[in-house]
Amino acid sequence: MAGGKHILGGLLFVAAAAVGPFLPAWLISLLTIALASALVVLGLVLLWRAGLVSFGQALYYAIGAYAVALMMRWTGIHDAFLAVIIAAFAAALTAFFVGFLLARYREIFFAMLSLALSMILYGVLVKTEALGSTDGFNVSTPTFLGYAPHGFELTVALYWYALALGAIAAVIVGAYMRSVAGALAVPVRDNEIRVEYLGVSATRLIHLKLVIAGTLGGVGGAIAAMSISHVDPAMSYWTTSGGFVFITILAGAGSVAAAFIGSILFELVRTASVALMPGTWQLILGTVLLLTILFLPDGLGSLFTRRRKVAGESAQ
Amino acid sequence: MNPVISVRDLQKTFGSVVAARDINVDIPALQTVGIIGANGAGKTTFVNMITGHIKPTSGTISFAGKDVTGLPSRTICRMGISRSFQVAQIFPSLTVYENMCAAAAIARTNASVFRYALMPLLNEAAVSETEEAIDLFQLSKYRDAPAATLPQGVRKLLDIAMAVAGRPQVLLLDEPTSGISVEEKYDLMEIVMAALKSRKVTVLFVEHDMELVDRFAERVLAFYDGTVISDGSPAEVLGDPRVQELITGHALPRSGSVAHA
Amino acid sequence: MLLGLAILTDGLVYAAYLFIVAVGLSLIFGVMKILNVAHGAFYAFGAYCAATAAGMYFDRGLPDAGGFLVMAFAAIAVGLVLGLILERTILRLVYGKDEVIIVLVTYAAFLILEDAIILIWGPSSLSAYQPLVISGNFMIGQLVLSGYDLGLVLLAILLAVGGFLGLRHTRYGRLLTAVIFDRETAAAFGVNVTRFFTITFVIGAMLGALGGAAMAPKISVTLGIGVEVIVLAFAVVAVGGMGSMEGALVGALIVGLCRAAAVHLLPQVELFVIYAVMALVLVFRPHGLFTRAQPRKI
Repeated sequence: MAGGKHILGGLLFVAAAAVGPFLPAWLISLLTIALASALVVLGLVLLWRAGLVSFGQALYYAIGAYAVALMMRWTGIHDAFLAVIIAAFAAALTAFFVGFLLARYREIFFAMLSLALSMILYGVLVKTEALGSTDGFNVSTPTFLGYAPHGFELTVALYWYALALGAIAAVIVGAYMRSVAGALAVPVRDNEIRVEYLGVSATRLIHLKLVIAGTLGGVGGAIAAMSISHVDPAMSYWTTSGGFVFITILAGAGSVAAAFIGSILFELVRTASVALMPGTWQLILGTVLLLTILFLPDGLGSLFTRRRKVAGESAQ
Repeated sequence: MNPVISVRDLQKTFGSVVAARDINVDIPALQTVGIIGANGAGKTTFVNMITGHIKPTSGTISFAGKDVTGLPSRTICRMGISRSFQVAQIFPSLTVYENMCAAAAIARTNASVFRYALMPLLNEAAVSETEEAIDLFQLSKYRDAPAATLPQGVRKLLDIAMAVAGRPQVLLLDEPTSGISVEEKYDLMEIVMAALKSRKVTVLFVEHDMELVDRFAERVLAFYDGTVISDGSPAEVLGDPRVQELITGHALPRSGSVAHA
Repeated sequence: MLLGLAILTDGLVYAAYLFIVAVGLSLIFGVMKILNVAHGAFYAFGAYCAATAAGMYFDRGLPDAGGFLVMAFAAIAVGLVLGLILERTILRLVYGKDEVIIVLVTYAAFLILEDAIILIWGPSSLSAYQPLVISGNFMIGQLVLSGYDLGLVLLAILLAVGGFLGLRHTRYGRLLTAVIFDRETAAAFGVNVTRFFTITFVIGAMLGALGGAAMAPKISVTLGIGVEVIVLAFAVVAVGGMGSMEGALVGALIVGLCRAAAVHLLPQVELFVIYAVMALVLVFRPHGLFTRAQPRKI
């Protein structure tokens, strides 16, 4: 098994957790949001490997976020663990039903339909007074199985929670990529006809990937909601999806680690450029995206890892 | 002995075009059948109906006693009928080894997609089986080459090798030597037929090269205008005056007298 | 009945606006198979330039009609320049690559251009209300119609008619039809596809910018208009079929009328309905209502 990588990854997560309480609050929050994005990006990586780019992952991100916010508002339960479970469930269910439709599409049509679906939710959220319309509404402070931290402790607690979820997701997604279903992503991308004539339904494989990606998106949204303490319709807007796609391209579809590194880099760059040169961070983002596509088509991840082969990866 | 494939009164019309009519054929297990005929004569339609790519308009197809008429191609594949393609369908961005691994992995189980998510890609049995298949089809030289870089002949071999990864009982080869140079056709067919014989597969192959048909087929089905006009040994069919008039155009040397450099 | 008429007129006006904005996108996709996200930026630049031009022209005692021309000219000029730059530099580098990659490249260009607007014009919004005021209002029965809206509809009709005639009767138009249908064969027949692409992209950019100029008097020209418009244009093009003039027209009409109906009957679904229609069409006819599906190759 890829033991070396696992140990390294585990150590990094533990180190990141340990270092947390010593970092300034703004940085911890930034990392928490980055982790939330990383989860969404993990889902996009799975789809990207199968040759699909979803321009609508914001749908699940928003569903996860609003699910948490509404659960807290309607039931008065603030438990973060329950919140994530509900968010994951809501997103997974949506992805399951949406998937029957979406899994039949490819390339541009897949991108456009996923976009349309996320924009439908946006349209609904914006016009729903009960949910705060364009302003959205606030999310109550989460608790952790009875533990109710505030202030800096809360920030750290959320950060650790996000790290834990990130680590779990990394392990699950990594295992998935080494499974037959995950490994078949590239064959599906390369030649669906062949896959079908070997006896596998490419559509069903993609449906499965959609559900996994959707669930990850929902959990990401849940973390974001609790971290920002606010939800609004912009979480479902196409530019939010665009941001996730951007990170995916930047990171490359090669590995799980790339999703996390890419997300953290993205948040750092965005925060830095907004702070130092406001009004130009889209310029920087766009330029970086362009350069990555032109010169590093396999993303930054390809700089650090050898090109991962289907069998080679699993044989280690 | 029950025929492994049994076709009765098979018809296929596309609108007003009759692509196949009155096809009645029984194919015993382990036979090697050559299918000849001009383009548009119904050969590909016949193959496509057996493999489930298209549904017959009427008639039945039985496989090992079971009715497979109109079943989807994935189901038919899982039941044991596999095919290769005129344009080799392979995975260009993977190496030959990875292509074969993918095929072997898929063949390992017929369960739901979810089950595939729980199966690790490689285990010892799969690896040894993949290696054995690569040797069988003489692909070892190309083991780590990306499939996109393969010469045409090797692509075809890979396509066929993948098609038998699932240990099918029946294999349909759609013009296995199309696009291959004349010198290489023979070698390709030698490799393929030897491999398929050792795997105990019933083979039906569509071919335009009559010498190959003569050399490798035990039985020939000649298609014309949507139906089988001649059915018998290569000598009989290729010597049939109607076949010569409508399909091959001239008399062919007898089997065994074809010299090959 | 008044309600029905209101929906109809609002729908037609909105459809005209959508058509003007989306036809360039449709053209570019049809010919080059590129879903140009930067189209939103062309639109925004067109609006900003037109508004700036309006600010400089009007209220100087010059003839009003000139103002319209100046605005249009400003937009078309900026469209020409941006289109040329984008096509020649960035797009050239990614021709032949995966469609989705090209979309991402145009998305990157869009981001860059959006910030370019901030750098050039700053964060405050512009307005170009003069054409609206000049055009006055008309009364049809009990409905008040803005003269400017009428002008928009006329412009859309002009573009549509010009487009139809151009496609059928000019050399470029006929070549366009050929290239849309089958690029490879057209190239095999000697069409200089590279130059064709440039011309087409530039025309598409100019149309996008013109759309921005057309809308400038009706909106507050501010940051983010490009972002909103691009999804709307996508919706129109997805509904009507990408690459078809009739498609853009029908798509605009359908989306425009549906939105108008929503605004008057059930305002909560105004946004929802646009994307729901888009999703529905993608579900049942993914190639849009007017393009024939590609045959499956086996």
